[in-house]
Amino acid sequence: MKAHAIKNMRTSHYAISTLLLVSIALFAVTLQADDFTDQDLKDWQAAYESVVKEGRAAFTDPDLGNNGVVCAQCHPNGANTHPETYPKFQKQLGRVAALWEMVNWCILNPLEGEPLEAGSQRMIALQAYIHDERRGAALEPGKH
Amino acid sequence: MTDSSRRTFIKGAGTLLAGGLLPVSLVELVFAKTSDNFTFAYISDSHIQQISGNEFVRNFDRGLIRAVAECNLMDPKPDFVIYGGDLAQLGSKPEIDHGLEIMSALNYKTHYVMGEHDYYLDLGEYWESQLGPQHYSFDHKGVHFVILNSILTYDDWTHNRWSSGEERMGVMAGLDNPNGSPFMVGDAQRVWLKKDLDKVSKDTPLVVLSHSPLQKIYKGWNFWTEDAEQIQALLKPFNKVNVLYGHVHQIQYNQIGNISFNSAMATAWPWPYPSSFLKSASHVPKLTVKMNRADPFFERDATGWQFIDVNSGNVDVQYSLTDNKPRTVAFSDKKKQPQDTQYQDKTIPPQEHY
Repeated sequence: MKAHAIKNMRTSHYAISTLLLVSIALFAVTLQADDFTDQDLKDWQAAYESVVKEGRAAFTDPDLGNNGVVCAQCHPNGANTHPETYPKFQKQLGRVAALWEMVNWCILNPLEGEPLEAGSQRMIALQAYIHDERRGAALEPGKH
Repeated sequence: MTDSSRRTFIKGAGTLLAGGLLPVSLVELVFAKTSDNFTFAYISDSHIQQISGNEFVRNFDRGLIRAVAECNLMDPKPDFVIYGGDLAQLGSKPEIDHGLEIMSALNYKTHYVMGEHDYYLDLGEYWESQLGPQHYSFDHKGVHFVILNSILTYDDWTHNRWSSGEERMGVMAGLDNPNGSPFMVGDAQRVWLKKDLDKVSKDTPLVVLSHSPLQKIYKGWNFWTEDAEQIQALLKPFNKVNVLYGHVHQIQYNQIGNISFNSAMATAWPWPYPSSFLKSASHVPKLTVKMNRADPFFERDATGWQFIDVNSGNVDVQYSLTDNKPRTVAFSDKKKQPQDTQYQDKTIPPQEHY
């Protein structure tokens, strides 16, 4: 085979590949946006529930802080955490605060521990658990 | 500081405290003889919690120390003190010892009620060795007092499920732990109660002291006594019956037939009302005007102790709340039920926002 023919073939092959890739990409985007299966729903729910479970474990873990006190001691079933009211003004902080900041406040004070990173897996899990126990409450950010 | 100068200081500080915090006068008497009038104090739910060795959770220590100090300043002095249960968090000897050491500063005779946190490690053995029987009765100035252990549960749960007392205690210590078991007074104690009450005339005022409410409010957190109706039936023939209980860490009061119910605050920490847990139905008494929602920035908020006036044969409870305005829940002769003397018809926002 002559060199230019090879080159042409390569070019056309490249063009076809590109077209294919683009169409696959387009198709795939369409699939991701609209089409998910029952299995996907189950998987995502299971992922969420496992994080809620981690959150419950942290919520009842004597080692979350340093004095053995656990979140659930004051907040059975996460009650009186009212996550649906955050962010809201905290008069003692003098500003609007998010739920995770109040979780850290509790870890620092009643639990005499060290605060968690805002985006840490444990902090996400604690918030997932707190929200899950409050399922059904209407969102009322800012409410006291 | 020597011991004697420390005492002087506390006495001096006490005078200042007393002026600011404690009500000056108590309710007027109804009994014929002035000498028969009396009050008693009620301290409950201190949950003294060991960290390790001699280290205990400071916050909970402070709650009890404060209640004891305030109680000693009462004027007129209470005839005795009731301790409503859950002195310890996990029922261990160091926790009970540390709690009793703090309580030893009280100037009054104290009657103790058993709480589940005192009990489920060793089924009350150490507690009983220090404090005596888990249920009994006594008479004081014409009032019959009954102390019950209301935190027993099914034998199978108690004896057959756990590899150790620690494991059993750990499960029962979690208020919302689904593997817990409902509280009850149980057959044996109810038989004893019936016999005890048979000897008492029906016009003698009764005060029954239990850790759990002898009424059914919310099973999920054991704001509950499984055989409540059977106990209420035994109390029904009496003219004036008062049930005082701890466990719930919040203000509750109710009237069921002839029986008035009043709860005690904890010295350790407050609990939200079960009605704030939306996933499950509960029966917080409609009569109850709730305590203020706790503000976590104040360590002692929504904690306290109470002093109790039984002069009319019905209980009036004065809640001494460290970081909140005091509340009084008194028996209304007109409505024949306990009522908040200030808030019954006009609640304030912190009592409603959960």
